Amino acid sequence: MNWREFFTKSKKRQYATLPASSSLSTHKAARSESDTVPDGLMEKCKKCGAILYKKELAQNLYVCPKCGYHFPMSAPERFRLTLDGGVYFEYDMDLVSTDPLSFPTYREKLEQTMENVGMTEAVLTGEGTIKGYPVVMAVMDSRFIMGSMGSVVGEKIARAIENARIKHYPLIIFSASGGARMQEGILSLMQMAKTSAALARFEASGGLFISVMTHPTTGGVSASFAMLGDYLFAEPGALIGFAGRRIIEQTIREALPEDFQTAEFLLRHGQLDRVVSRKEMRDVLGRLISIHQQRGWAHGDGAKL
Amino acid sequence: MATELSFEKQLKALEQKIQELKAFMKESGIDLTQEITALEEKQKELRTALYENLSPWQKVQIARHMGRPTTLEIAEAILTDFMEFHGDRVYGDDPAMVGGIGFFEGMPVTLIGHQKGRDTKENIARNFGMPHPEGYRKALRLMRQAEKFGRPVITLVNTPGAYPGKAAEERGQSMAIAENLKAMAALTVPIVVVIVGEGASGGALGIGVGNRVLMLEHAWYSVISPEGAAALLWKDASLAEKAAREMRITAQDLLALGVIDEVIPEPLGGAHQDKPAAIQTIKEAIFRHLQDLMKLSAEELVIDRYEKFRRIGAVVSFLELDQS
Repeated sequence: MNWREFFTKSKKRQYATLPASSSLSTHKAARSESDTVPDGLMEKCKKCGAILYKKELAQNLYVCPKCGYHFPMSAPERFRLTLDGGVYFEYDMDLVSTDPLSFPTYREKLEQTMENVGMTEAVLTGEGTIKGYPVVMAVMDSRFIMGSMGSVVGEKIARAIENARIKHYPLIIFSASGGARMQEGILSLMQMAKTSAALARFEASGGLFISVMTHPTTGGVSASFAMLGDYLFAEPGALIGFAGRRIIEQTIREALPEDFQTAEFLLRHGQLDRVVSRKEMRDVLGRLISIHQQRGWAHGDGAKL
Repeated sequence: MATELSFEKQLKALEQKIQELKAFMKESGIDLTQEITALEEKQKELRTALYENLSPWQKVQIARHMGRPTTLEIAEAILTDFMEFHGDRVYGDDPAMVGGIGFFEGMPVTLIGHQKGRDTKENIARNFGMPHPEGYRKALRLMRQAEKFGRPVITLVNTPGAYPGKAAEERGQSMAIAENLKAMAALTVPIVVVIVGEGASGGALGIGVGNRVLMLEHAWYSVISPEGAAALLWKDASLAEKAAREMRITAQDLLALGVIDEVIPEPLGGAHQDKPAAIQTIKEAIFRHLQDLMKLSAEELVIDRYEKFRRIGAVVSFLELDQS
């Protein structure tokens, strides 16, 4: 497949953004509203069964007005609804997988997914502002091969972390992933080490990292960067865990509680700071970043209060 | 016996024949030395041919052999005054993850590894080398201790994966592994990792972030077990053999992919055929790499490890693709 052709011909894209691997540029490009609005007029809530107008659902941040169920959200949509004015500058949109293992049907699967989803990989990275504060953000998209992490996802996230470190911007990662990408084998596993190592450096530089786990965050993603935030948030009802429910049931031969591995379950077991609903997300993020604008007490400050 | 390898049937048959001849010679007094020697030659030839052309799936069988040297056996053999330590100081002591300190060629080191059993009973006690979060936290505690006292860290990987259980999730399996990845990336002492048998998923990587990653000739290391991959990809665990082939999980594959630094040769027929020899080779390899690493400063060690993992992966810009 001709990658450039794919990009220029994509009807969903309003106009091209400048891809920049160095991404130190400060160009910003806005995107229009209609990027990923799904086809069809109505949507059924997976939890309460309510039939909802898609337009209203979108206005309600893809949260069911009846029961509060959080529908999955695409990465571009998340960027637009999280950052001020829906404006962001995208990093590394030119990076694609090379099918390093020559894995059967992987290349076809990638091409097909790119066409269907309108993204080149399972993560979108970039920068913008929240309540006026500049941030580096990465958002995973579960529509792209289960949001799985292969070499490109690992590389884009590592570069985003490095950008946040260089620019002294807070880092926010919204994860949504079934885990490591099987089709890239050991190289996928190594992305866990790569992203975690980048976070270790970021931490040493004093950087702020807010991890928001959305449905689902499991396997190699939950066992690496997603769990390494200074603050760990999750959306209500999000599935978060290391091993899959079916595998656990087969292993221990007992039924698991209904809410096993949900955000609320993790909160109860002391593994999250907060469960944050989508409606309050922007406010919570903004407030948290604003608190970090001011360094707390330092040695020698004396009676600052 | 569960330790027999299915693809060694022909070898086993020959072995039996040799034993029979030997017994007959003893009984009857007829000299059959020549015949026996010929058969033994043939057996060796057959074994050599077999082991030079092992399929990935056959390697998986060897890597799972119960006679493979365990972490504690290796620790006892390569360290003097090895002292095992227990517990994560928070919840419990995980029998699937062991660790302690000792002298390695006169140098104090910390050694940590997955512990499998040598028979079914032991394996059950060791949870088949599948740690819970407290196992990873014990490992982390010992690594921090090593850092404090300036001891290089040796880790030995041999696990079918981190344990997929209810309690493991409740106690934060994901977080325990993630914390280890981050901590190991920043550790200021040398880390040498040896994949001894099986290396599956985050359960292996949780103690696998080293300056050097070495791997035994017939060990395997992947994002998931071949059975797990087959179940996930093709909804059929019986396609494990195919998965073993396609996932590129052998030491030789991983060397080519730039994931590991060296393949440690095993005795003919696998490490279980001659444990002391296998352990000696492991020791020599660790020694060589530690000697190199101990020349580096704390800062250089961290940078070295960072760059090693930062490089791994296969990405390309489609802008470059167009030009070619």
